[in-house]
Amino acid sequence: MTAAAATTPLAHSASARRLEASLATRDPGWVKAVVLTVGLGFFAVFLLMPLIAVFLEAFRKGWQTYLAALVEPDALSAIRLTLLTAAIAVPLNLVFGVAAAWAVAKFDFRGKQLLISLIDLPFSVSPVVAGLIYVLVFGAQGWLGPWLSDHDIRIVFAVPGIVLATVFVTFPFIARELIPLMQAQGRDEEEAAVTLGASGWQTFRRVTLPNIKWALLYGVILCNARAMGEFGAVSVVSGHIRGETNTMPLHVEILYNEYQFAAAFAVASLLALLALVTLAVKTFIERRAKRAGAEETPT
Amino acid sequence: MSIEVRDIAKSFGAFRALDGISLDLPKGELIALLGPSGCGKTTLLRIIAGLEKADAGTIRLSGADATDKHVRERQVGFVFQHYALFRHMSVFENVAFGLRVKPRGQRPSEKEIRERVMRLLDLVQLGWLAERFPSQLSGGQRQRVALARALAVEPQVLLLDEPFGALDAKVRKELRRWLRRLHDELYISSIFVTHDQEEALEVADRIVLMNKGRIEQIGRPREVYEHPATAFAMSFIGTANEFRGRVEGANLRVGNDLLPHGQAGLEDGSPFVGYARPHDTEIVAEDTTGLGIAAKVSRILANGAAVRVELVANGPAREGVTDYFEVDLTAAEIAARGLTPGQRVRIRSRRLSLFAEPRR
Amino acid sequence: MGRLRTSRVLPGFGLSLGYTLAYLSLIVLIPFSAVFIRASGMGWDAFWHAVSDERVVASYKLSFGASLLAAAINTVFGLVLAWGLVRYSFPGKKLVDALIDLPFALPTAVAGISLTALYAKNGWIGQYLEPAGLKIAFGPAGVLVALIFIGLPFIVRTVQPILEDFDTEFEEAAATLGASRWQTFQRVVLPTLLPALLTGFALAFARAVGEYGSVIFIAGNIPMVSEITPLMIITKLEQYDYKGATAIASVMLVVSFSLLLVINGLQAWTSRRLGSAT
Repeated sequence: MTAAAATTPLAHSASARRLEASLATRDPGWVKAVVLTVGLGFFAVFLLMPLIAVFLEAFRKGWQTYLAALVEPDALSAIRLTLLTAAIAVPLNLVFGVAAAWAVAKFDFRGKQLLISLIDLPFSVSPVVAGLIYVLVFGAQGWLGPWLSDHDIRIVFAVPGIVLATVFVTFPFIARELIPLMQAQGRDEEEAAVTLGASGWQTFRRVTLPNIKWALLYGVILCNARAMGEFGAVSVVSGHIRGETNTMPLHVEILYNEYQFAAAFAVASLLALLALVTLAVKTFIERRAKRAGAEETPT
Repeated sequence: MSIEVRDIAKSFGAFRALDGISLDLPKGELIALLGPSGCGKTTLLRIIAGLEKADAGTIRLSGADATDKHVRERQVGFVFQHYALFRHMSVFENVAFGLRVKPRGQRPSEKEIRERVMRLLDLVQLGWLAERFPSQLSGGQRQRVALARALAVEPQVLLLDEPFGALDAKVRKELRRWLRRLHDELYISSIFVTHDQEEALEVADRIVLMNKGRIEQIGRPREVYEHPATAFAMSFIGTANEFRGRVEGANLRVGNDLLPHGQAGLEDGSPFVGYARPHDTEIVAEDTTGLGIAAKVSRILANGAAVRVELVANGPAREGVTDYFEVDLTAAEIAARGLTPGQRVRIRSRRLSLFAEPRR
Repeated sequence: MGRLRTSRVLPGFGLSLGYTLAYLSLIVLIPFSAVFIRASGMGWDAFWHAVSDERVVASYKLSFGASLLAAAINTVFGLVLAWGLVRYSFPGKKLVDALIDLPFALPTAVAGISLTALYAKNGWIGQYLEPAGLKIAFGPAGVLVALIFIGLPFIVRTVQPILEDFDTEFEEAAATLGASRWQTFQRVVLPTLLPALLTGFALAFARAVGEYGSVIFIAGNIPMVSEITPLMIITKLEQYDYKGATAIASVMLVVSFSLLLVINGLQAWTSRRLGSAT
């Protein structure tokens, strides 16, 4: 890997404006009209409308109902649990992501490709199965079940199970943002730092970290969004005990099944807001990365 | 600092990158590690730096064994091929890095750092760019920042990996001269890796020529150019016309032609390859002796007073046999001889360097 | 282990790899093996009985069928959308581009109840479709809608970068050789995009097969009609039938792994294709 490989070829990707100006790449007006109508129509029906519906449904019965649904004790406890879960799962996966990316990107060893595939594994597993595997290990009938109940430790149908399931489903997020980036950046800068006398920690903090900070933040944001929003896996291990083992998405489900639609959508709107903030931060980071990439390209 | 390399070997999987390399480099010289890509020169440089670990052999720096010393403690300055400048730091901060990461006790004060960095940046003529970022610099400027950064920690030896490899031709030439001057000023032992023989001949005090993980020849540029020790050295350094054949008395039989080799005591029938520099090659008219390689003038390239004549061998092209030759003449000689493209001539050598080839 | 010594000048190899492997084993590999060990311990007859139950088989058909269909629909419309985003400038483009990732960021339960509200009999869309005889919510069609929502970004985000990096010289070359715009698209652009389209398709399909949260609200969950396979696992668990749940889960895992292999192969193919093209 050379430093040159780290520069993204963004500079040569042509802008839409230029493509439309060139005769060879310009589509006829009617084609553009059809493509945009079909594409944006599909977008509006399948993505935009569900998003808008969340907020409209949430406010259907007015502000008071909306606020009441959020400050109700069960809702507050669900919000607390969701924040707690994310506060544990994200840092754990952050440390893992950095360690894994450092090992994979800065060293050569056998089985590296296999390791990368294994890290991605939780992405390809149904969330329901993810929840199930923890039930099989920690549940009453699971491997550790008897031992755990002898020692009066509850994991499944309790908070630890929820955290574990969340850690599992958000496991690859940060690692997979960092691995390709750090592989592309190579080892040159770190080696240069070491020849200049920097210690391992100094090298990481002063050279590696500034180079990966945006990707790191990006991974954290995505990891956090998924950690707060996970439903399937958490649903399996939670036991749905109101005020105790309900996260926000589970609370939404309960309210919905009790036909408290406005309340369900009120809590859902908080989660939708979280999604919008996530997308905004994500877009912001992508812009920054793109600009940095364009600057990298030698003039 | 003197550098002693003893029996260094290094393999990557089944590939032997270095095969028993030994070298003695006296203090204060500027040395070129020269060779084609994949010859192991960069690996050797990285082993000397401590960036790579040899499978076998020892490295002594200033007489002390440094084989197991960490790169951090070797006091080497390393300039990376693609500079490896820290992209998030300004030029100033890049150069200051080595000073800032020193343990608290040895770390110079902020004022000293400032002075030292600016002195170095002035030395590489980049003081005015101190606040810029690497992405805002040209290739030549980046190269000089990388050099200043390496020098900031006052290394005992300076190691440069293809220092001019990524630059365009004009900048290369300037930077080469500049590196030579800088070396004469600082008098710090330096090794640079290059695959460009012209660069090595022009800049280095001494050339270490490498091929396939082994050293072919070590010597002063003139020595290596004029007295190549091996066929590889001959063909790699400078231009040379190649004649491959078997000894027949006083001549070398090359295809259907006979080329006088001018040496005594060669066994008849043994295979040899002969090389002649373009200025040691002569063009003669067809004569009754029939000696010389039959060829046809293909192009005459005038370049000021010197003229290079390109010729192709007569007859069909054959696999593994060079059928293209170059001869250097003066414009006056061309005019006097009346050479024109398409003309049939013979070529001979005034000085043929012969190397035995394995019998097949 | 001689190769480990390359570049060992950088610190932390043992620590970072050791931690990675330990954490990976603890969180993923060991719990994972539980499924297969449990499944293999239950005996072939019981296993077969659990996975070939009529209701479960109906759920396979729905899960795989709807996932395939949703991925196919997304491939077509995702390509159109990606083309529009890369090739044309139009007002609000940046916003659309940012919102494409919504299904990645929006919790699935939220998507589920929202889609249900839209497509129910009295919902914004449902109120027009139901009188026309199109019942979406609380039936298999609802599953399809949810899976389309979930899968769309996979196609757009795999095709978009390829389209952006696509060197316009190819199209210009085709034009100089006398190709029409449609011919150029068909013969030059589409073949280049093919690996990315297939990858996106496979990713969307893989995600859809395992999807739970967005589907269960809108599906109606009628046995034999609109139950998806992940729901069958939950149902078994609620009946304390751990063996049945494990058996179905192991079938799903085998499918997931196969898809993962296919996707890896496709991605390798994509990079080879593009590598040789430039």
